[in-house]
Amino acid sequence: MARFRTWAVIALAGTLSLSLSACSSTGGKRAEDARKAAAAQGRPAVNTPRWTFAMITHSGDGDTFWDIVQNGAKQAAVKDNINFLYSHDDQAQQQAQLVDAAVDKKVDGVIVTLAKPDAMKAAVARAEKAGIPVITVNSGSAESKAFGALTHIGQDETVAGEAVGDELNKRGRKKALCVLHEQGNVGHEQRCDGVAKTFHGTLQKLYVNGTDMPDVQSAIEAKLQADNSLDAVVTLGAPYADTAVKAKNDAGSKAEIDTFDLNAQVAAELKNGTLGFAVDQQPYLQGYEAVDLLWAYKYNGDVLGGGKPVLTGPQIVTKDQAAALAAYTERGTR
Amino acid sequence: MSATIDKTADEKPGDEKPSNEKPSDERILQTSPLKKLLSRPELGSVVGALAVFVFFACAADGFLNAASLSTVLYASSTIGIMAVPVALLMIGGEFDLSAGVLVTSSALISSMFSYQMTANTWVGAGVSLLVTLAIGAFNGFMLTRTKLPSFIVTLGTFLMLTGMNLGFTKLIDGTVSTKTIADMEGFPSAHDVFASTLTIGGVGFKVTILWWLGLVALASWILLRTRAGNWIFAVGGNQDAARAVGVPVAKTKIGLYMGVAFGAWISGQHLLFSFDSVQSGEGVGNELIYIIAAVIGGCLITGGYGSAIGSAVGALLFGMTSKGIVFAEWNPDWFKFFLGAMLLLATLLNTWVKKRAEATT
Repeated sequence: MARFRTWAVIALAGTLSLSLSACSSTGGKRAEDARKAAAAQGRPAVNTPRWTFAMITHSGDGDTFWDIVQNGAKQAAVKDNINFLYSHDDQAQQQAQLVDAAVDKKVDGVIVTLAKPDAMKAAVARAEKAGIPVITVNSGSAESKAFGALTHIGQDETVAGEAVGDELNKRGRKKALCVLHEQGNVGHEQRCDGVAKTFHGTLQKLYVNGTDMPDVQSAIEAKLQADNSLDAVVTLGAPYADTAVKAKNDAGSKAEIDTFDLNAQVAAELKNGTLGFAVDQQPYLQGYEAVDLLWAYKYNGDVLGGGKPVLTGPQIVTKDQAAALAAYTERGTR
Repeated sequence: MSATIDKTADEKPGDEKPSNEKPSDERILQTSPLKKLLSRPELGSVVGALAVFVFFACAADGFLNAASLSTVLYASSTIGIMAVPVALLMIGGEFDLSAGVLVTSSALISSMFSYQMTANTWVGAGVSLLVTLAIGAFNGFMLTRTKLPSFIVTLGTFLMLTGMNLGFTKLIDGTVSTKTIADMEGFPSAHDVFASTLTIGGVGFKVTILWWLGLVALASWILLRTRAGNWIFAVGGNQDAARAVGVPVAKTKIGLYMGVAFGAWISGQHLLFSFDSVQSGEGVGNELIYIIAAVIGGCLITGGYGSAIGSAVGALLFGMTSKGIVFAEWNPDWFKFFLGAMLLLATLLNTWVKKRAEATT
């Protein structure tokens, strides 16, 4: 007991002295707070009634991409005086049940992703039957109209994949690896198939367990070690790009790492040349526009897109544009 | 749990039929109906479920709407259909970690067979039933022949099935989800059986709720009224003692695994016929939810004790919590935390009630 007390005192003294003497003058929480204070004061810019919009996505827990989508949606919600609800589940049946729950709550608008379109069909129809306008985002551009949604906001995954294939050709790559981190996601398959369509070299697919980063790293590493003629690795999500870089370094490979989607790390690594390029689909816009367009529909009966999807990508980001994006990725909006 | 193969804690309340067994120590004691009720394995979970229900009725507006309750019941039934056979298996003293992906496998087999053979969807469903039961039998057979713990055996099956789900789907369909079979013969009738919505008083109730209640009734009857039910309690209580008095241990365990497979087949067909196509990567992780539902419902992890009704209450608790959090508009980042805390509290309440009940009997 006495010994424990001594240790506790030492530990406490240690942490205190560290925290007093080791203040960083750059970065960290203080810098972040300053940025936040400088950001817009959250006040509605309209005087419409307070509607409730529910967004239901197929995201797993703690996903960078969906965090950015949410940031966009929340900022639009503040501006449009909207009570914004967000829920998600990566299993189709659960996601459909969440849409049902939103309809039961009698929300004023539903924003939904159609990564698993067949599973969502009945739930979306039920929302429309209840007179709730639906906007689809991110995935399901092919099904959105047939399901009776107002608009689809997102990126055509095949087109995005084709853009990557073109870029790889431009960079003279011969043998690429497409890393899929979500087994069963149709959009991911479309991306890789799109790359294969325009890429003149050969493309191999590698399935990894996206919820387990060490597993992702070792899988890519093993693949690069097994085949040293691979000269490009394409990851389908920003967090996986950095993991692929680590795997490449450990495997001693010369492959260029390219990725779909952005985050702060990817922007920094584009800037210093660790990554070749990124394809951005501007998730912020997907969230922001979805809320804003629902508001416009409720307020004014407006529908955007003329029955065609509203595309938010693809936008190829290379070293040249990366510097400008750094500040935006830091605050979680790009 | 003692090694007796007679049912003690599992008499149906209000059952006054004179037993033709030799009167022995405790069973000739006249116990009051209240005491009988208190000794039921699912009592604690019922109290927990009531507590959660009252909590969300107060905390979440719209939770008490008929439509909301129908959604909650549907969510519960999709877990409950599997929780029933999983509870039986756990009473028999074993685990099945492959139950979650087996549901997906069953749906995939059904869908792909129908599509590739251009067969009536009922043919696909029939083939799927046979294959799924065979996988269940394989689990039980491996367990009884190798004497490995069920945890290991079914973990192996779980991983193999996960790989096969994706591998075969890609191989046969070329994508990660199956092609739609909604326009094929037999689909409408199969949809009616597995995935229709019954409108009662203007509110739509999913047919899975009926399947669920039917399975609970069937499993309760097996447990409490048949010889097979005795065997299940016996092999879960003490395998060696059960074998010594002539209980067919291997047959019982293989049967229990096939029961789980049957539940997986029903759930799988529901997935397929309500969504027309199936995602190959789903179902992973659900096996734990089934086990949790059974445990909340009073099943012991060590086997030999529990009930089918309890598993249904456990599933209902899970459904109420997972959807109640949405109705209450809580921050979804904390969803899993709340879920875990709720389940822990419900189970604690459950054990506390059980202890009190045992103290008073």
